[in-house]
Amino acid sequence: MLESIIASGLAIGAVYALIGITYNTMFSASRVMSFTAGQLGMLGGVLGSLFILKLGLPSIVGFILTLAVCALVGVVTEIVAVRPVLSKLDQHLYVLSTLALALMIQQVTAIEWSTEPQPFPRLLGIGNGDPLDEKFWLPLVACAAVVIGLEFLYRRTLVGRAFLAISEDNFAARALGLPERNLRMASYAMAGMIGGIAGFASGELLLAFFANGGMLNFYGFVPVALGGLGNNRGAIIGGLALGLFQQAANFTLGGVFASVGVFVVFIAVLLAAPQGLFGAAASRRV
Amino acid sequence: MSANVAIASPRPARTGMLLGSLQFLVLLALAIILPFVANDYWTLIGTRAAIYWVLVSGLNLAVGFGGQLAIGYVALLTLGAYTASVLVAGNLGPAWPAFAALGASGVVGAIAGVIVGLPALRLRTFYFAMTTLGFATIVTQIALAWQSVTGGGIGVPGPVLPAPFDSSMGFYFFCIGLAALCTWMTANIAHSRFGRGLVAVRDAEVAAEAIGISKSRLLISVFLFSGAVASIAGGLFATLQSYITPDAFTFDLSVLFFIAILIGGRGSIIGPLLGTIILTVLPEFAAPLVAWSTFLYALLLLIIVLVIPGGIANLLDFANRRPLQSNRIIAPRPQALGALLNHGSAKDAIVLSNVVLAFGGVRAIDGLDLTIRPGQVHGLIGPNGSGKTTTLNVISGYYKPEQGSVVFGSTELDHGAPQSRARYGIARTFQTPRIIGEASVLQNVMIGGTIDGTATFVESLLSLPRHRRDERALREEAMQALRAVGLESLAEVRADRLQHSELRFMEIARALMLHPLFLLLDEPAAGLSADEIRRLGELITAISKCGTGVLLVEHHADLIFDICGHVTVLNLGKELAAGTPADIRAHKEVVSAYLGA
Repeated sequence: MLESIIASGLAIGAVYALIGITYNTMFSASRVMSFTAGQLGMLGGVLGSLFILKLGLPSIVGFILTLAVCALVGVVTEIVAVRPVLSKLDQHLYVLSTLALALMIQQVTAIEWSTEPQPFPRLLGIGNGDPLDEKFWLPLVACAAVVIGLEFLYRRTLVGRAFLAISEDNFAARALGLPERNLRMASYAMAGMIGGIAGFASGELLLAFFANGGMLNFYGFVPVALGGLGNNRGAIIGGLALGLFQQAANFTLGGVFASVGVFVVFIAVLLAAPQGLFGAAASRRV
Repeated sequence: MSANVAIASPRPARTGMLLGSLQFLVLLALAIILPFVANDYWTLIGTRAAIYWVLVSGLNLAVGFGGQLAIGYVALLTLGAYTASVLVAGNLGPAWPAFAALGASGVVGAIAGVIVGLPALRLRTFYFAMTTLGFATIVTQIALAWQSVTGGGIGVPGPVLPAPFDSSMGFYFFCIGLAALCTWMTANIAHSRFGRGLVAVRDAEVAAEAIGISKSRLLISVFLFSGAVASIAGGLFATLQSYITPDAFTFDLSVLFFIAILIGGRGSIIGPLLGTIILTVLPEFAAPLVAWSTFLYALLLLIIVLVIPGGIANLLDFANRRPLQSNRIIAPRPQALGALLNHGSAKDAIVLSNVVLAFGGVRAIDGLDLTIRPGQVHGLIGPNGSGKTTTLNVISGYYKPEQGSVVFGSTELDHGAPQSRARYGIARTFQTPRIIGEASVLQNVMIGGTIDGTATFVESLLSLPRHRRDERALREEAMQALRAVGLESLAEVRADRLQHSELRFMEIARALMLHPLFLLLDEPAAGLSADEIRRLGELITAISKCGTGVLLVEHHADLIFDICGHVTVLNLGKELAAGTPADIRAHKEVVSAYLGA
């Protein structure tokens, strides 16, 4: 049983971590937490199933198309729900605008796709359900690939540094002549792809199910909140820990207790450290 | 003359209130006629709308007035529905009578409401929204899993009310009655210091602290109330459904409640009420679109957020479209101050000793000693970044200095507790006026007197005599304060329509509501015309003559030298010079560092 807990815990934890990184990527670019992060993960699974199983495209083509559509959803999020709100005085409106968009995405999926979980194709055909099955390690591989890719982008490329500049100090970056709006859109496209990867890689585990969006929204946010906004390392550690904790509780105590347990820990930690375990304290207000 | 104004001024307020109740009475009359002119089906829809409104009316206080993004309120509906049903069905001990079970679900809901709401005291918007969402998921999961009590996926029958409320007509009128009661109660809260305090917490949290509003106590009261009515609504919802399963409580309902408030407009009651009715009835007219209803709600939410953030209430607010007189003059009447600042001559001074405060490597205040005496205008000047505002923030409790103490009389004021200052009679204004744009000028000023109220939340809810006495007293005092600063003609105008200079005087009026022993003014003359600065000077002098000590942070040297009895000059967080205006004007270093030759 221990192997099952570790295998599924790490797998699901990697998905949470990836959704956490999706949140962070959008947050760094715009200081906005978007409810669409989880929906992107859901879309990754649904679109993968749609392109590969329903339309019969080869896996790799399906994967690329999935990423393309998710990137597009990211850009639409920026244009429809984020950009109009950034200019408004009442900055909290983003909570509502992104929630609205997330609900619309979820509802369209429920109506046009299915309200029941649909199968996701076997991608490589390695393993047969044991703890070393591809469905358990694919999310981990995806998570590692995304982290390495992001590190390379942020540290080695000019665009990546521009992203960092925007997230460090928006005003200074604009004063330097950085095209803030385009960079923000690019960030959202990238966040879309990361969410898509999370959903695609975990498709065999979570299936193509419209309700995954809300679930991933919450469990993907937990590591972000615990690790501190914009802190990818915190999101990864928090995500994997959350996955292991949840699966351990799941196997030993049952699903309801796992959910209640996660929720209680989440609230308790947040109340004790509202800025997250690895985050910085809030700035001055007066 | 002032008596004249006092008689004339409440009139527009009263007609406004009458007009306001008229809207509600028309709706109530329509609701009463409905079952006699329409068929049973529409009575059913009406019942549903009434039940939803019972929930939304409470939620409106938290979301619309308090600005707390409690999205997952379907959790409380679920909880109430199951509590009532399970108790009546006898799944937990002996079967309860229906009304007792409804009451029990109200109690359970109140407790749950506080538990769901508590994170709001520490967590900001998105975080809080997420925790309420998480709670909603968990309640449904528990309802599914706890089969022995809730029946799991199979469900449980809803409670049946005793006669005469067991018929569809009887139940309808019961729900309408409850909805009317909730409307009345929330309207009472809205027009009380609690309602104004909620809006202050939403729009001007920093100012709310300076006024002495305790955010935690206020929000807990509201969450108790809204949790209770939401749960009772849940019990009635179970009766209406006659059989409940976890499937009945979809997240769509949460969205519906939330959007009803936003469509209606923040800080309004008639708006969300209309919003609830519209959203309940809308799907009936668009039968083919039922599957898409959540999508449409979400779309509506997006459109409202982006296009009309004010909601229906804003569209209905005709009074505030009339143009204001353009060449208005602020004419303070210092003689009106006497009634507000009649605390005799205070004797205690505020004494800062050796205060040190650093932001990272910058020592904003570096060992400052300062004594502010009652009845004196004390000027605090110095170049930008010399620590003037920081000093003011230390006195009013926003910052915690690393060293040193702030002593008032014989008590040491605790650091980092801005809410405590109002009780000591220490009031302040802000460099950028912190106001509630959507509230009227009068309401903005009334907020300043929040801690003077004696009625409890429950007394206000039921509009008991103490609540009405509070309101009368606060209103009169606020008019007095407005007369003192010269803004009484603008009392009923929305604050965000005022000019910048008027907002500065309004903040002073709000501060006067505390009957302050000490008044801390942070650059009150910034952005004022020369004429206005002269009147401001007269007003401040008059305030100090009443025995109130004034700390004046300013850049206008002329004003400082005109009205201050004592001036302290700061530079790099230290005292550069102190003395009478004449001393300072002659001080060489001050002239070279700040005033210029």
